[in-house]
Amino acid sequence: MKKYIKVTATFDCDGNLLPEYIYWNDNKKYPIDKITDIRYAASLKAGGAGIRYTCMILGKERFLFLEENRWFVDAKDK
Amino acid sequence: MDIKNAVDRNKYKKDRVILHSDCNGFYASVECLYNPQLRNKPVAVSGDAENRHGIILAKNEIAKKYNVKTGEAIWQAMQKCPELVTVPPHFELYKRFSAMTKRIYSDYTDRIESFGLDEAWLDLTGNIKGSGFDTAVEIKERIKRELGITVSIGVSFNKIFAKFGSDYKKPDAVTCITRQNYRDIVWNSPASDLLYVGKATKNKLNRIGIYTIGDIAKTSPDILRNHLGKWGDLIYGFANGFDSSPVSHINEKSDIKSIGNSTTTPRDMKTFDDVKTVMCVLCDSVCRRVREQGFMAKTVGISVRDNELNCFTRQRTLEEYTNFTRTIADNAFSLFKKSYKMQIPLRSIGVFVTDFVHDNIPHQISLLQSEERLMQNRQLDKTLDTLKKRFGNYIVRPAILLKNNDLSSFNPKDEHTIHPMGYL
Repeated sequence: MKKYIKVTATFDCDGNLLPEYIYWNDNKKYPIDKITDIRYAASLKAGGAGIRYTCMILGKERFLFLEENRWFVDAKDK
Repeated sequence: MDIKNAVDRNKYKKDRVILHSDCNGFYASVECLYNPQLRNKPVAVSGDAENRHGIILAKNEIAKKYNVKTGEAIWQAMQKCPELVTVPPHFELYKRFSAMTKRIYSDYTDRIESFGLDEAWLDLTGNIKGSGFDTAVEIKERIKRELGITVSIGVSFNKIFAKFGSDYKKPDAVTCITRQNYRDIVWNSPASDLLYVGKATKNKLNRIGIYTIGDIAKTSPDILRNHLGKWGDLIYGFANGFDSSPVSHINEKSDIKSIGNSTTTPRDMKTFDDVKTVMCVLCDSVCRRVREQGFMAKTVGISVRDNELNCFTRQRTLEEYTNFTRTIADNAFSLFKKSYKMQIPLRSIGVFVTDFVHDNIPHQISLLQSEERLMQNRQLDKTLDTLKKRFGNYIVRPAILLKNNDLSSFNPKDEHTIHPMGYL
């Protein structure tokens, strides 16, 4: 399921946009420990396409997508 | 088309590497990407049936199996496939995806020529390390991975055969048309598979016993010219692989030849007042687009279709170049009044202007017309343009439009339908 989320991101000196924190349902802030890959990709599960950041969050690998000016993830259905 | 340039056999010393990439069921594929629950269903993108725009604009592969055709009415498609899911178009999204495909193409060459939103030619000559086929496969896979849609790509030594190749095998495929295999693949296909051979040309060819592209290639150009005029030479050259038209540079803007808008109204237009209302909206959009491009036009045209689907076009050359909404609207309407007596109610009308010059060229002041009045008109149009740009299309409107709200509540400038190339 596609879920748009709030993200804190920074531009580094080279102009790269890097997400640093994501905010989940309870507005709790989770730091992104590491970004292991950045590439253009489609998300067939969530339905969308943009820049895909492969992030390590709480020791788990998660895809975070930047689609135009919004961030989304593929959230698990409850 | 410049025939000499299109089929010049000696133009290129070495064979070119031309790709034609065609996004499969483009609009429907993008809709299915964004709505995963639709992916296993027959899906078609269609206009709004309530407003009588109900035709199929694109369909996915599953709908294609039911023989749903682009351009047919929704009810016809539903008869073939009752479980068909129809969704409205989202042109902004398609434009974004079209731009994303161009971004990928531009990693391989700067000679990219768009053919609608969903198709493009790429000239890779001298730009690739491997073969044209390998690069085509790489592009196809990148589009699938990065955009989530599929393309079919034709690879050949000219644009016409490359386009043939992309239509030959779909979806998600690459077809090479080489000097060695084109006689086996291209020549055995029906004449109508050749670009620029439409229904009328096909019928003419059939009447003289020409059914395949090979038949065209083997017929004397004199015979073809006798029956088709200069198009005879052109399709003879295309069928034999002599097409030498270049692939444009990505930044080359195609020359705008005409600007127009047309609409099918929610109900038939029965009176001159109805027509005037719709024309007023269309002319406003056309003239704003002309002014945006920095043009003035000298020819105004109208296209008319009645509710029995008979259609005609008329055009008129003006005395002066102009981009004033009022002048163009007055001329379009008087042209209409002169050409049609409202004997049958109308289903759709269109207005177009052509014969452009740039609006900054010096012009002769008229002896008879008041120059002051012209300046006022120019200022008025400019002010209205600014207001509509800032606050939306409906912020200020001529009073005539309030009388027929059902016919005037549309915005052709921003809401127009972009038909996929396959439909045209």
